[in-house]
Amino acid sequence: MEIPRHWRLKKQRYSLQGEICPHCEGKIFPPRDVCPHCGNDARTTFTFSGRGKIYSFTHVTEAPAGFEETAPYTVALVQLEEGPVVTAQLTDVQADEVEIGMPVEMVTRKIRSDGDERGIIIYGYKFRPVMQH
Amino acid sequence: MRDVVIAGIGQTRVGELWDISLRSLAYQAMKAARQDANGLTPDALYVGNYLAIVTSHQSNLGTLLADNAGLTGVEAFTCEAGQASGGAAFQMGFMAVASGYVEAALVVGVEKYTDAIGSQQEAALAISMDADYEAMVGLTLAAQAGLLMQRYLHQHGAPRSAFGAFPVLAHANAVNNPFAMYRRAIDQQTYEKATPVAEPLNLYDQASYADGAAAVLLTTPERALQAGISHPLVRVRGSAGVIDTLALHDRPDPLAFDAARYAVQRACEMGGVAPGEVDLFEPDDAFSIYAVLGLEAAGFAESGEGWRLGQNGDLRLNGRLPILTMGGSKGRGNPLGAAGVYQIVEAVQQLRGEAGANQVADAKMALTLNLGGPASSAFAHLLERV
Repeated sequence: MEIPRHWRLKKQRYSLQGEICPHCEGKIFPPRDVCPHCGNDARTTFTFSGRGKIYSFTHVTEAPAGFEETAPYTVALVQLEEGPVVTAQLTDVQADEVEIGMPVEMVTRKIRSDGDERGIIIYGYKFRPVMQH
Repeated sequence: MRDVVIAGIGQTRVGELWDISLRSLAYQAMKAARQDANGLTPDALYVGNYLAIVTSHQSNLGTLLADNAGLTGVEAFTCEAGQASGGAAFQMGFMAVASGYVEAALVVGVEKYTDAIGSQQEAALAISMDADYEAMVGLTLAAQAGLLMQRYLHQHGAPRSAFGAFPVLAHANAVNNPFAMYRRAIDQQTYEKATPVAEPLNLYDQASYADGAAAVLLTTPERALQAGISHPLVRVRGSAGVIDTLALHDRPDPLAFDAARYAVQRACEMGGVAPGEVDLFEPDDAFSIYAVLGLEAAGFAESGEGWRLGQNGDLRLNGRLPILTMGGSKGRGNPLGAAGVYQIVEAVQQLRGEAGANQVADAKMALTLNLGGPASSAFAHLLERV
């Protein structure tokens, strides 16, 4: 069930909490121990806006265990407006409407379930097309 | 460093081998490699494997496989680098002999993929990705390749159909490989009608995962001569392993395959040759897009142009740069952690002139490139007939 692992990642999963490097101000998501831009330790938290655009995407038809109920689904590389790229499922969009460059925003959704009725349900980030306000 | 030669090779048929166990499968290849080396006894066994810990619930394969083969008292352990585990194990064997640490090393790549079934297979495969930030959102190995292919089509304007050249070539070459999983040719039309797996990637863009084992026996040229080996020896002229970011999303340019680029450069520098001087190239074609990006990273084509090499016959057995000469992973089948050792064995078949109907004329030097994931790790080896 890997409960400690999911608990540990809740800030990343629910609020896209990454880091800003105190040395070079590079923004980092997912969090890393060493800044990929300058090589110094990266420990200052930074919460990302959740807005970005699609760098690439693919429609997954053969899903791994835990995702069978969700398939088919679309996975994208989303370039956040602060710079980093995140891998995430898309939601609230038809497969044939997705295109590279499309503006998207983060939402919290059910990601997967651990199978049996006593298994935990994991929530986390997905991205949807930016809503018209 | 001492010169190191490949004194023996062995391989099993690749496929869904339900009736044979992990240990016996490995043993078949190990035994064949030792026989091919006139029975040379190794001082060490290095195992390339990726999934046994999940699919067969088995770790400590070094001990299991050496023990099962009666190699008592040797050093033995697994080298793991995802799907590049075979390349990693081969490098370990090369270094052990080159350094003088051992006189002879046996390397075996083995995978028992079919010990898992159904959606458990995709879940097992996912362990080589970033578990927290890739696998956990439902990314699969095929989806990684699909993301790269989609971006490649967008960025470089390659026609979607151009990728068909790679599986068509692989299947054509596998027809004459008795160890191959698919000994039948396919045509472009079949390719274009295949069902999507991770769109735009389809079933024929993806090499089928399978069981298989391949082995090589490495030693010094002197020891090989003493053993009275009559077939030609193949020298390891270059060996290099390089990593990139584990997760695709952490790369400034995901299409660059930098680990593959540097691994090929370093292996070729070690051997004192340019990649263009090799007579054949065995890239990693776990997915057709990886073959294309591997060709580009190795310097055989400019970025965005690798697909063109498939269009004009350059890559065929009689072409300028033969690739996937025994069927690659697409035609032979993809035995994952063993694939890197299969590449070496097949290159040795070519360099010895033992490739049968698939023989590349006068092949003297070969380059292999084994990738873990989307070139998250890469191992390149330069081999030359002595």
